Amino acid sequence: MCTVCGCGELQFRSVADGARAPSATVGWRPAAVTATEAPAADARLDFGSGPARSHAPGLSQGQMVRIEQDILGYNDRLASANRAWLAERGIFTLNLVSSPGSGKTTLLCRTIRALADECPVVVVEGDQQTEFDAERIRASGARALQINTGKGCHLDAEMVGRALPMLAPADDSLLLIENVGNLVCPAAFDLGEAHKVVILSVTEGEDKPLKYPDMFAAADLMLLNKVDLLPHLSFDVDKAEAFARRVNPALQIVRVSAITGEGFEQWLAWVRQGRERTAIGAARPADGARIAGG
Amino acid sequence: MHEMSLAEGIRGIVEAAARDGGFSRVTRVVLEIGTLSAVEKDALRFCFDAVMRGTVGDGAAVDMIDLPGAGWCMQCGRSVPIAARFDACPACGSYQVQPTAGLEMRVRELEVE
Repeated sequence: MCTVCGCGELQFRSVADGARAPSATVGWRPAAVTATEAPAADARLDFGSGPARSHAPGLSQGQMVRIEQDILGYNDRLASANRAWLAERGIFTLNLVSSPGSGKTTLLCRTIRALADECPVVVVEGDQQTEFDAERIRASGARALQINTGKGCHLDAEMVGRALPMLAPADDSLLLIENVGNLVCPAAFDLGEAHKVVILSVTEGEDKPLKYPDMFAAADLMLLNKVDLLPHLSFDVDKAEAFARRVNPALQIVRVSAITGEGFEQWLAWVRQGRERTAIGAARPADGARIAGG
Repeated sequence: MHEMSLAEGIRGIVEAAARDGGFSRVTRVVLEIGTLSAVEKDALRFCFDAVMRGTVGDGAAVDMIDLPGAGWCMQCGRSVPIAARFDACPACGSYQVQPTAGLEMRVRELEVE
């Protein structure tokens, strides 16, 4: 549970590849920053050192004031700014969510290798600690930026908004955001992505969609990973998929194995469709393309 | 889920309202929380007290109004009450129910001085 998660210990570690000009400043909002401002390899942003907000004193007298504001409104506004920033550049963005150990990073690495000749792929990695995942991603050929959330349990739109100009993805690229491994909190936080993709692995219980319904409700696509292990398990695939669709009747599902590549054709086709819709200059038909047979 | 972040969101809204309205103190915060929003209310209350310390809302009471969940059943076309995302339609038993209400997380009003 996140009742213990303070969001004040965030650290960024920037990408290490390429000779980018270091800079002393990083823009606060993505739209205001240019690609030349990407910082040095070991740059770091610390959210814990920010100034406290101040406020003006005023009148007394008790009274009720109507507010009517969404609690997540601030995050949603920043997410909209991210979305506009990404749309301007034709960048197709996916927010990958799952529990820890579902095989997200392995799946990402295989996806990056498969798409390497088609488009630039950049990755934002969210983890509480360490830069292990970003290193794995870089080894597979994509640029990656690691966000360490400290005690935080999810990425939010502000973190991603600050990561974008540091990562400076090329126009028409594919941006994959690997969220903190957590099936609860990331569901509520819009980052500005086109879709949430939830990854469930067959080594977990088939009842997870019912145990953690919010995440499966928030996702547009579910990847059922590690299907190469099915012969060794008692996992009931049909049951898992039925549970997922009970929570989200519109959910699309692809069965994949990041080890053998099974199902990747279908998954990659889905990504390509999204890229085509998003690219600069693309004709933009109504959203909602579906996987053939999905 | 992430109640600390939600509490920080509430604090942001309260501080902005105090700044804009020129209030020196907020003594009560009234929230609307949908039944399907997966907010743990006790946890939110705990986090609220913690993040409000040292702000205009230090020591403020928090009231939470429950908003009932409702959904639209794709099978029978009725609007029905639901208590959880994966509830079956009480009319026809189908699980193809799209939530239409109960997802709210809103600051409704403030009692200020």
